[in-house]
Amino acid sequence: MTIRRLSIALACAATVLAGCSSNSTSGGGSGAVPKMEPATAVGDGEGQLNLIAWPGYAEDGSNDPAVDWVHPFENQTGCTVNIKIGNTSDEMVQLMRTGQYDGLSASGDATLRLIYAGDVAPVNTALVPNYATIAPFLKDKAWNSVDGQMYGIPHGWGANLLMYNTDVVKGAPDSWGAVFPGAPEYKGKVTAYDSPIYIADAALYLSKTKPELGIKNPYALTSEQLNAAVELLKAQHANIGEYWSDYTKSVQAFESGTSVIGTSWQVIANMITSDKKVKIATVLPKEGSTGWSDTWLIAAKAAHPNCMYKWMDYIVSPKVNAAVAEYFGEAPAQTKACELTSDKEFCATFHATDAAYAEKISYWTTPQTKCVDGSGENCTAYSEWVDKWQQIKG
Amino acid sequence: MRRRLVAEPGNRLPLAFLLIPPLAWLIIAYLGSLAVLLLSAFWTVNEFTGSVVRTFTTDNIVRVLTDAVFRTATLRTLGIALTVTLICAVLAVPLALYMAKVASRRVRLALVVAVTTPLWASYLVKAYAWRMLLSPEGPLHWAVGYTPGYGLTATVLTLSYLWLPYMVIPVFAALERVPDQLIDASSDLGASDLTTIARVVGPLVFPGIAAGSIFTFSLALGDYIAVTIVGGKTQMLGNIIYGQLVTANNQPLAAALSLIPLTAIVGYLLAMRRTGALDNL
Repeated sequence: MTIRRLSIALACAATVLAGCSSNSTSGGGSGAVPKMEPATAVGDGEGQLNLIAWPGYAEDGSNDPAVDWVHPFENQTGCTVNIKIGNTSDEMVQLMRTGQYDGLSASGDATLRLIYAGDVAPVNTALVPNYATIAPFLKDKAWNSVDGQMYGIPHGWGANLLMYNTDVVKGAPDSWGAVFPGAPEYKGKVTAYDSPIYIADAALYLSKTKPELGIKNPYALTSEQLNAAVELLKAQHANIGEYWSDYTKSVQAFESGTSVIGTSWQVIANMITSDKKVKIATVLPKEGSTGWSDTWLIAAKAAHPNCMYKWMDYIVSPKVNAAVAEYFGEAPAQTKACELTSDKEFCATFHATDAAYAEKISYWTTPQTKCVDGSGENCTAYSEWVDKWQQIKG
Repeated sequence: MRRRLVAEPGNRLPLAFLLIPPLAWLIIAYLGSLAVLLLSAFWTVNEFTGSVVRTFTTDNIVRVLTDAVFRTATLRTLGIALTVTLICAVLAVPLALYMAKVASRRVRLALVVAVTTPLWASYLVKAYAWRMLLSPEGPLHWAVGYTPGYGLTATVLTLSYLWLPYMVIPVFAALERVPDQLIDASSDLGASDLTTIARVVGPLVFPGIAAGSIFTFSLALGDYIAVTIVGGKTQMLGNIIYGQLVTANNQPLAAALSLIPLTAIVGYLLAMRRTGALDNL
């Protein structure tokens, strides 16, 4: 009987803990980048390729039969692609550490974490012919290289947008103020991105509206600046209906009227527009915006490295990069893609080759104690942001 | 018969074959992962890369016990789990009583099927169905002109719906075992129906309710998915653990946090053991 009771107790406990099974990675404590050599040649494909991708980056026709660049790749290379969608950078880092994937499309707030932990390998750009014509202002950047060694292939970039339901929100807002001081007007129907990195959106708004705080870079915040941003978000929390991290949930929330205003991605706007259930509009607010600059990285212990190199070259080839960029709604990294977009004005709209514009977006970057803008050593680290984010949500 | 199986050497091999897989599963998969969980609660992480550093520290445990956010979430989660259990019990007892003692054979079969059929549908499908049902312009609003919207109420409603069968079945089984003669004897001796239920059926069925409550309580306590679908901005303990594990990539703190529900469940099981409920599972 004792054993039976014990087993019942354990079964119950296991139910509770099901989401928390352990897969600890070996610890790499030092601040130096693990030494690794990039590949020297690309051989024949291994027949399989396991990718982690942002929604909209590796479409195989399952969302829209007309949108498919995965199958042509499979036919060309014989590499069968298995895609795991990542909803947040943190989720992607966690997935990558399982060691089951060959590569991922990582934003700047994930790349350095993966590079310093030794999860991804440097890339020999000579083995990626299409790399030559990628926009020069995306190469050798702080988020995709270390000491002049590229760790990935730039894919595309863009800004987080303010999206609103045009039937409910009148007067075409052009400021993030609509979701901060203006949020009570839409109490219970405001939405925000459910990730600690969203704190940077509040910091960016404060950098323009409260210059006395002295915020220069929304990812380099002192404790005092972080607290100011947290206060703003706590005030916003009272008006939030729900947060989103799953992009399909955001689509459904806007279509059902649960959310009417909040931060969004162009790809979400595209899906809502094509469903034709509600009318929405997007705007890049006057304060500027946070945004992303994504890079394809290859796993340090990739099981299918040749397929991954083939994919990295394929996904930034002019035609495919143009298709991805148009579908996702971002600026393509490939300069030659601009000639192949179906909308000839596309690259102009997204300022794809405009280096000065690209500088204005605050790209997702992992906050560190050593300030990411080089202003000092007294900044708040990402782990602190995570704790603050949980406090904001209560 | 049992003694002979063990005693005869020729029979030991098949017995071992029968027992090794479940025992190995129990020891390696259940106890092993629990041990790793307990151990990793005392580790820490590299602040920048988020990889686990295996040095002993009690910081995580201290934080779990002192941080106000974790306390609020724990209380909220326990509140949800207890409310869900209560709602399930209140709904299940009359239903099970009707099924076991009143309904005809055919109606009883139909009701058993009706109660268990939802278990065939996916958890996510049911949770999203509630999301649709409770949406601002959804069917509920259309029918009665009111919807609680997404939040705490919606979470409790959805979880009560999801775990109700786990309460109905043990209560029904316990009621079925109550001999009809006892009820007849009680009323022959002059007890009213209510007295019979309270003083004869009640004590006999209580272990069944307690057994069902172990399921509903532990399932509701550990849930973190339904709340993200219908809970609006509500976060439960499971979300915080998930957040620390996946978002913050802080496995040691997540492990320390998961000791809270573990303690709650063990405490609940110990309390229920006194009722004899564990013999009724």
